[in-house]
Amino acid sequence: MTSPALRAALARVVGERWVRHRRAELATYTMDGLPTHESWPGTVVLPGTRDELVAVVRALHAAGVPFVARGAGTGLSGGALAGEDAVLVALTRLNRILAVDPVRRRAVVEPGVVNARLSDATLPHGLLYVPDPSSQTACTIGGNVAENAGGPHCLKAGVTTNHVVELLVVLPDGTLARLGSRHGDQWGPDLVGLFVGSEGMFGIACEITVRLEPVPPAIHTLLADFPSLRGASEAVSAVIASGIVPAALEMMDQACVRAVESSIYAAGYPTDAAAVLLVELDGQPEAVAAERAEVEAILRRHDARSVQAAESPADRARLWQGRKKAFGAMGRIAPDLAVQDAVVPRSALPDILDRIAAIRDRYGLSISNVFHAGDGNLHPNISFDRHDAALAHRVKEASREIMEACVAVGGSISGEHGVGNDKIDYMPLIFDAETLGCMLAVRRVFDPAERANPGKVVPRRACREWACTPAGRGEVVAAGGTA
Amino acid sequence: MKDAIAARLAGVVGRDHVERDPQGMPRAVPDSTDALAQVMALAHGEGWRVRVEGRGTWLPGDAPADLALSTRALDRVASVTPADLVATVEAGAPFDLLRRRLADDGMFLALDPPGRPERSIGSVVATATAGPLRQGFGPVRDHVLGLTVVTGDGRVVRAGGRVVKNVAGFDLAKLQIGGFGGFGIVTELHLRLRALPRADRTLLARGTRDRLTLAGRELTAARLAAHAIELFSPTLAAEPDWVLAVRLLGTDEGVQAEAGRLRSLTPELAWQDLPADRAAPFWHLAARAMLGGAITLRLGVLQDGLDDALDLVAGMLDEGLVAAGAGAAAGLRWSGEAQAETLRTLRRHAAAREIPMTLERAPWGLRRALGHFGAYREGVGQLVGRLRETFDPAALLSVALEGADA
Repeated sequence: MTSPALRAALARVVGERWVRHRRAELATYTMDGLPTHESWPGTVVLPGTRDELVAVVRALHAAGVPFVARGAGTGLSGGALAGEDAVLVALTRLNRILAVDPVRRRAVVEPGVVNARLSDATLPHGLLYVPDPSSQTACTIGGNVAENAGGPHCLKAGVTTNHVVELLVVLPDGTLARLGSRHGDQWGPDLVGLFVGSEGMFGIACEITVRLEPVPPAIHTLLADFPSLRGASEAVSAVIASGIVPAALEMMDQACVRAVESSIYAAGYPTDAAAVLLVELDGQPEAVAAERAEVEAILRRHDARSVQAAESPADRARLWQGRKKAFGAMGRIAPDLAVQDAVVPRSALPDILDRIAAIRDRYGLSISNVFHAGDGNLHPNISFDRHDAALAHRVKEASREIMEACVAVGGSISGEHGVGNDKIDYMPLIFDAETLGCMLAVRRVFDPAERANPGKVVPRRACREWACTPAGRGEVVAAGGTA
Repeated sequence: MKDAIAARLAGVVGRDHVERDPQGMPRAVPDSTDALAQVMALAHGEGWRVRVEGRGTWLPGDAPADLALSTRALDRVASVTPADLVATVEAGAPFDLLRRRLADDGMFLALDPPGRPERSIGSVVATATAGPLRQGFGPVRDHVLGLTVVTGDGRVVRAGGRVVKNVAGFDLAKLQIGGFGGFGIVTELHLRLRALPRADRTLLARGTRDRLTLAGRELTAARLAAHAIELFSPTLAAEPDWVLAVRLLGTDEGVQAEAGRLRSLTPELAWQDLPADRAAPFWHLAARAMLGGAITLRLGVLQDGLDDALDLVAGMLDEGLVAAGAGAAAGLRWSGEAQAETLRTLRRHAAAREIPMTLERAPWGLRRALGHFGAYREGVGQLVGRLRETFDPAALLSVALEGADA
């Protein structure tokens, strides 16, 4: 419960109507995109300006109350959930695009700007913001920064961390720090790189400068369908090994294709295929044409039954719609969807898909795969009904087995959704106690009192102890300076 | 004291792995991460200050310390996985050895850092010194998937992983990339590789500086798909004029088409196609030229500020050894000789233009006075101070990030 005194203090900053505490008002904020976690925040506060945000964080600091920053709530790891003792700071009102600089190819935005809206604003200049999570019509750039979000088009161009050059952050004690530089080279160590992906545990980014990329002059989108999942994944490995880096290389299995095709997002995918691959090539026309010929040859060599090309922008949009709306389409299968996110070395794709199928059969579950094959970033999605407790338990057990299988072949427990509270127990699968302790220690550098998004990402019990840094050396000269 | 330290080091890493530097200072040359961690734990326990060295080709080995610690014997290419385009390499491995090993498997690491060919990969990562290929493949951080680092008190931290996409936990590796060893000693790296392109063409144009920077802007506006667009000063290129070097990688058809576009976009420049047997030496010599002076520094300037930054450097330092990205990628690198006061003034002028100046390489006196980074921006100094305390609690790593007069 948030104290009335703190609520009053917050209301003085943002106005009564932007402080929410009644149960009906809080209901919107009890979940993110995952149906498996629910948590009621003590209070929700919605600052409308950067100054209000800073004042809110200072008030929370003065009261010693934990807080959780939240964008659009589309996250998939339970990262933006707050407990009753915490205040949820919703950033959706901080949604201004502050500047677009077409010459330097930069944009400066507030954290609540919706991902797709940024590219809409820069397209007239022939520029776009590349990272494109499937939730891009709803998710915010601030959330993307916190999670280091990816998306289909991150295969060639990199994920969020490769596109953020400067951050103005409010630290949990209410002070401001300007990390990185608009030019891209840093004034000091790479604190932007450290901050991106810190899942709201280092502070709140209140001003974000991103790199924009030119719209490619030529784009070519291919859809290939395969009689076997293994054939499709071997084709992926072969494309990667050929040296061609497609802009995107996505795979959907039969369960996913059928869900899409029976939904309003039907894209014309062949429903009798074991898997389809969506391959997009971009660049200068001659290079794209040469790559297209080679990729088509590789796909056919791996027994693609057919390879069709998008002949118009509308065609391309249709092919992509099925992929981007696949998660929505799965809503037809069952009321709930456990969206998984793991990464494997690309050469392990064929085997891991077999493993997942075996786990699915053993637990008697319905799993559809739709994923960023070019990165080895899997999304095995388990359809279920969370009100069926026995089924929900099987989902949890199967998820863990899938994760362990991915780690066993040298993979990771998250490629783009983050750890949050959903995957915190998996962290010791890939990090030793020393490294986990280091993460906690670095978190304390930014947030000594551990009030920002408490209890997420790092499983405290699995950490080796690191010295706390209560006061710090401050601005003291470098180690050698006293020699 | 020196003998006592050497004896204790020998007790940890074995006598074969302890030597003396030219001044007689004991130098440990461990051949495993664990052994290196034991050296740091010993130093931490005794309060000995440590100078970290790679293969001794970039930073001079002159930081004051009680002992030197070299990664030179950590020189194995532990594994290369062509199907995944990933390699695991020890930090002391020479860059050219790695290059040859990867080429055997049809791959390459898309970095062309300044310095000697045998420079250690750990040194490239610790100083984040990317070369002309950053135009096409990004800065050093984009090539590192994970790393192992030993802290100032001998802890071993394994950050990141071996897959190309990974957001599990905080991105601890970023702090080490370009951290100049102030947050620990990188001992092993997981690197992202590329397949060797079928076509690799280098074209050179000569002319006045202003004409060539203009060409860089024109080519960028026309979105030429180049992987390097680098401008070299006459001294650096050993030519009478400034030189603009463009490198095109990809398929035969793609590279052919881009070379044609390059010529048609800048018809008044006489582009010379370098034959393959001359292109590689050209880029190697340009990289090596950055060791021409005792100092190497970089200015994080974007294309629209490049002319002004070149004027600034020419006015305050000299036009001697200059290489600059003339495309969309930021960066101007200079090598030469200068006094601390001049560099301080240059850094101040650059800061007024919002351009960070990083001292990449200099004698200890200058590093101590100026720091690799100099003063920080709002709120950053305190964070960096606390991070250093976290990774090096007894302040034993002899690294000057901030500079004595910051």
